[in-house]
Amino acid sequence: MAMPCVSPDGKPTASGMATLEAIKEGASTPKAISDATGQPLFRVRSGLRELVGAGFLELSDDNYLLTPNGESVL
Amino acid sequence: MVNLMEETKTPKLPLIGEKAPEFEAPTTQGNLKLSDYKGSWLILFSHPADFTPVCTTEFMAFAEIYPELQKRNTELLGLSVDSTSSHIAWVRNVEEKMGVKIPFPIIADLNKEVSTLYGMIHPAQSKTETVRTVFIIDPEGTLRTILYYPLTTGRNMQEILRIIDALQTTDEHKVATPANWKPGDPVVVPPPKTAEQAEERVKEGYDCKDWYLCFKKL
Repeated sequence: MAMPCVSPDGKPTASGMATLEAIKEGASTPKAISDATGQPLFRVRSGLRELVGAGFLELSDDNYLLTPNGESVL
Repeated sequence: MVNLMEETKTPKLPLIGEKAPEFEAPTTQGNLKLSDYKGSWLILFSHPADFTPVCTTEFMAFAEIYPELQKRNTELLGLSVDSTSSHIAWVRNVEEKMGVKIPFPIIADLNKEVSTLYGMIHPAQSKTETVRTVFIIDPEGTLRTILYYPLTTGRNMQEILRIIDALQTTDEHKVATPANWKPGDPVVVPPPKTAEQAEERVKEGYDCKDWYLCFKKL
């Protein structure tokens, strides 16, 4: 199954890393992450689901936050 | 006699004005949900099969209008009942042989879930392939246009762009667009609903052919 933000070995892809970097820099909503990374909003929303599923992010009050696992790959 | 078994198997087809049915599907750009497109216009379209001639010309044509669609806050999402691997091989082939990069995702609807949900398979044409459909969905997720083409007829991209322009003009200015309208042409003012409005209409400075057919420039 194609996973644009998480590679088959469980590591973030380049676009996944760009999303994590954007969140580290303060972007926490899909729109803000889309603006920061230049990725289309639909791709950001899909990627955020994958990154949450892989344990790199968590969702809190509609804001995406890095987990310790997410911080460790940056 | 009503065939109850058949009725329970066939989902109700989506119609213009209704909410487009939600789905989640594997694509060449990862798993996507319809709701991922909230806030954008979306053209969801099906093609019969990868590595076929008419579909290849259509994909190159869709890629060509994609920048114009993006200017109109509109995304493209293709679909066929081929696998993700087939889609990837095909788009790589199109880029290598035809020099055209396909920038939008394509749903791999191997289990026919989305194509069945949207009525994209017309068994009298083909039991195994989707016909050429176009579903235009607005930023709130409402179906605004449905087009069906047979397997043998490639779509007209300028008409698809024109429909997007017409829908967005209608939404912005609360008007309708006449036959063969294109951006810059006069639009149609909605017909009056009462005799009093009809009387007033002819005094409002529109280009009125009669009380029910009035044009204005935007």
